[in-house]
Amino acid sequence: MHALDFIDPGTPAVPTPSEGAPQQVTVEIDGFTVTVPEGTSIMRAASLLGNQIPKLCATSSLKAFGSCRLCLVEIEGRKGYPASCTTTVAEGMKIRTQSEKLGQLRNNVLELYLSDHPSESECCSSNNRCELHEMAAAAKVSESRYSLPAVDGVAAGRNHQGSLQDDSNPYFVFNQDACIVCSRCVRACDEVQGTFALTIQGRGFDSKVSASQAESFLDSECVSCGACVEACPTTALTEKSVISLGRADRAVATTCAYCGVGCTFKAELKGEQVIRMVPSRDGHANHGHACVKGRFAYGYATHADRITKPMIRSKITDPWREVSWDEAINYAASEFKRIQAKYGRDAVGGITSSRCTNEETFLVQKLVRAAFGNNNVDTCARVCHSPTGYGLKNTIGESAGTQEFDSVMQADVIMLIGANPTEGHPVFASQMKRRLRQGAKLIVVDPRQIKLVRTPHIEADYHLQLKPGTNVALMNSIAHVIVTEGLAHDQYVSERCEPDSWEKWKAFVSDPKNSPEAMEEVTGVPAMAVRSAARLYGTARNGAIYYGLGVTEHSQGTTMVMAIANLAMATGNLGRVGVGVNPLRGQNNVQGSCDMGSFPHEFSGYRHVSDDAVRASFEVEWGVPLQSEPGLRIPNMFEAALDGSFRAVYVQGEDIAQSDPNTTHVTAALSAMECVVVQDLFLNETAKFAHVFFPGSSFLEKNGTFTNAERRIGRVRKVMEPLGGYEDWEVTVRFSNALGYPMNYTHPSQIMDEIAALTPTFRGVTYEKLDELGSIQWPCNDAAPAGTPTMHIGQFVRGKGKFFVTDYVPTREKTTSRFPLLLTTGRILTQYNVGAQTRRTHNVVWHAEDRLEIHPHDADVRGILDGDWVGIASRAGETVLRAEVTDRVQPGVVYTTFHFPESGANVVTTDNSDWATNCPEYKVTAVQVVKVNQPSEWQKRYRELTERNTRIRRDTGVHA
Amino acid sequence: MHIDYLVRMANDIGAFFASEKDPTVAAESIRLHIHRYWDPRMRSRIVEYYNESGGNELEGPVRIAVQRLAGEASAKA
Ligand code: SF4
Ligand code: SF4
Ligand code: FES
Repeated sequence: MHALDFIDPGTPAVPTPSEGAPQQVTVEIDGFTVTVPEGTSIMRAASLLGNQIPKLCATSSLKAFGSCRLCLVEIEGRKGYPASCTTTVAEGMKIRTQSEKLGQLRNNVLELYLSDHPSESECCSSNNRCELHEMAAAAKVSESRYSLPAVDGVAAGRNHQGSLQDDSNPYFVFNQDACIVCSRCVRACDEVQGTFALTIQGRGFDSKVSASQAESFLDSECVSCGACVEACPTTALTEKSVISLGRADRAVATTCAYCGVGCTFKAELKGEQVIRMVPSRDGHANHGHACVKGRFAYGYATHADRITKPMIRSKITDPWREVSWDEAINYAASEFKRIQAKYGRDAVGGITSSRCTNEETFLVQKLVRAAFGNNNVDTCARVCHSPTGYGLKNTIGESAGTQEFDSVMQADVIMLIGANPTEGHPVFASQMKRRLRQGAKLIVVDPRQIKLVRTPHIEADYHLQLKPGTNVALMNSIAHVIVTEGLAHDQYVSERCEPDSWEKWKAFVSDPKNSPEAMEEVTGVPAMAVRSAARLYGTARNGAIYYGLGVTEHSQGTTMVMAIANLAMATGNLGRVGVGVNPLRGQNNVQGSCDMGSFPHEFSGYRHVSDDAVRASFEVEWGVPLQSEPGLRIPNMFEAALDGSFRAVYVQGEDIAQSDPNTTHVTAALSAMECVVVQDLFLNETAKFAHVFFPGSSFLEKNGTFTNAERRIGRVRKVMEPLGGYEDWEVTVRFSNALGYPMNYTHPSQIMDEIAALTPTFRGVTYEKLDELGSIQWPCNDAAPAGTPTMHIGQFVRGKGKFFVTDYVPTREKTTSRFPLLLTTGRILTQYNVGAQTRRTHNVVWHAEDRLEIHPHDADVRGILDGDWVGIASRAGETVLRAEVTDRVQPGVVYTTFHFPESGANVVTTDNSDWATNCPEYKVTAVQVVKVNQPSEWQKRYRELTERNTRIRRDTGVHA
Repeated sequence: MHIDYLVRMANDIGAFFASEKDPTVAAESIRLHIHRYWDPRMRSRIVEYYNESGGNELEGPVRIAVQRLAGEASAKA
């Protein structure tokens, strides 16, 4: 069932044409006139007048279907009773929605449905609403003439009552007896989600909803996005939480805290308890859709593992001691002061998180710069998208994606590089699939066969299945084809780009050493396929590039981002709707954490700390002198910790011990520090090395904003009191005050006001405006008061675009006879990042452990069978996982996800990194794989350490 | 800070600018990059290494870049 407060107009709005305004049509409905765009259904037009025509098979997220015949109307001068959902308005139409005849017809339909449907009280007992009973009540139909007479309480004849329930999915049930076979669920699966897992099987009386080949929902291809549950008008598909907790009584609009799509939700609540999450139809990023994480996997927020009391200890091998907030904060502050006094001002730092809000991130970097007095602040985006920032800033002038998500609906050729949207960015993937089904072409550049290469009703035109680590080589050869075959857009380039850089770049890519033929050996991609794919992109009316961590997490991550920007500039694919360069951000607030100045060399809005004018503006606002030299990046912090010049760190909402590469190295660095402060929901991996633990607050427990991958700032709204007593930003405020640098915020809106005052691209952003507009894409300032969906229109933010020569430099990480395979990493739909949240939800039924994908050939020569335990050894370390033998990976390549800490995927990754940003090279590690029958040494030590370093001594009488 | 780590980082930066034909331009780009993105303690460590050993593991223009950083440092001192 749709959201509590949603009035369903029954059919979708007519899409606005790409050019000009739509034709308007005026009609009269029951004596009232209304003007709507041509193509609007009568049902929708009536709804705009406040007249909700009865309906069952129609809902505004789906195309009209016309099967239930409940929505009949009369049209003057026309015979019969057309269905108002499938009939569109025509100028001057006079429509009647109520008459005696219409009433009779509708009642007849209702009675037929009711004759094979659970009673009203049965439906009510599920706590879900039932549109059929609502329609019947409105029409005052309470009994059905078609109900079967009962003999000894059993209906005399066939019906569907008492059918089996499918409760295999952890989040919803399917009751066939309440199903009216309206096929709204089937159409939602097709049109909204694009998975095509549901069908109506059989005919007539036997018709029934079936998941895949009559499998249970859990075993079927269903991805549990919940679109069907929301579309269902009856209680046939109902959230289990609604059944067990009851109906919600209020709703609060907020933003999903998982991936970079940043879907807008209504949290439906009963008091402080979340009953369900319903994606907002007016959400600009998601238009009413969601995925299994955002819609269902919020249970971690109230999981028993949540730590809600502050804790301290003097040694990491000691048990934790629960203390009051005052004691914890004062202890941390005194340690930081002691360490700075002893080892110098620069011996401490902070790490911000892409999972926290903009306001929290901004505050932590302010704390570091103003209260610690240094620039040792970095964000976890360091390890994912820092090359995006550097690469795009230098080429086109702004460290962000160029488009809004909706732009994909005008793309003709989509090039998808090193990203797996159906798993990592599911709601955007659904939109992309919709565009592909309309006929857009698709080029996939990925070492692995991701789902989009072939999925129902979609087949990639080209899958350039390159060897891991050869992105730049491939991109150069694509550029070679563009330039040497005359597909570059010379006029665009001469108007918009630096001519010198263009000439240099053209000469570079034209060099025969960069031709697809010459590069074939390196990339492993047939030259003909590269040529054809390049031609396809090069001749597209609108060519759009989307990319993910498969681009950035390489030693040449930044080079590759530049190569992408070069290609888009050379083909004129920047600066309008339907084109662009679009990084798909992993975590919800990757964009925001970068924007907020939590890099050691940059203030908010990507301005270097050495810029005197910018620094002066911060010094005035903050009332302290600030350093003009860059501070340490996360990997540098580890190095500095090992040499003793970095002794304390404040880590908010980030789990560096699990997410950063070369775990052994990271944990050695953490163990060398004197004061590690962790602020998190759970005792995460990093907390095992911490001395102070501040309980964090979940996205449900605080106010703030997130910025998604399309630069869209959306509000996060508090729906319950923080379990630990404080929102995360309040803890930073208290920490700062204890350190002697006063902060006096009473609401995050004041922090946003400060951000706006200090950051030109945020100048126009306020909480009031966010409430009014729903969300805002920055830049938002006097020139663009409502924000900027498409960037670089007319000219680049940089002024003239700059081409960079992007020589292919092979990674140091080479295969040898000792390490003959290349390991690459990725993610899966139902789990999120390091898994701290999703592992604590029912999502584990889909993915309970990380597995190592290995090609049948490689498995065969090693005697490995599907499900065997295998040891994976690299130059950095060794771990053990279970094998999955599959040809999704090529021979010579193995692949794993990294959602479970005990898998130790990062024990094997090395500390190679991107040349410009130190973003780690997660995507390429040379390994050997062998069959084993016991866990690795590291895993054994891990278990011991977990046992020892997570003990909590709970004294009675300790109060927060 | 471990000097191998810094030398490797510097050489990685150098590899990106290797396509620059003019070694003085390449050296200047490398110097600027290190200057803008490296924490001062990292810079002084690599300068110290250069002053002590002559920086033989620094490849091509990277060595010139670090030499310039060394010049900067002594000018400041
Ligand atoms: S399950 Fe619900 S949406 Fe699907 S056909 Fe049945 S009643 Fe319609
Ligand atoms: S697509 Fe991303 S933002 Fe949207 S619901 Fe799923 S996890 Fe949340
Ligand atoms: S709502 Fe129009 S036919 Fe079902």
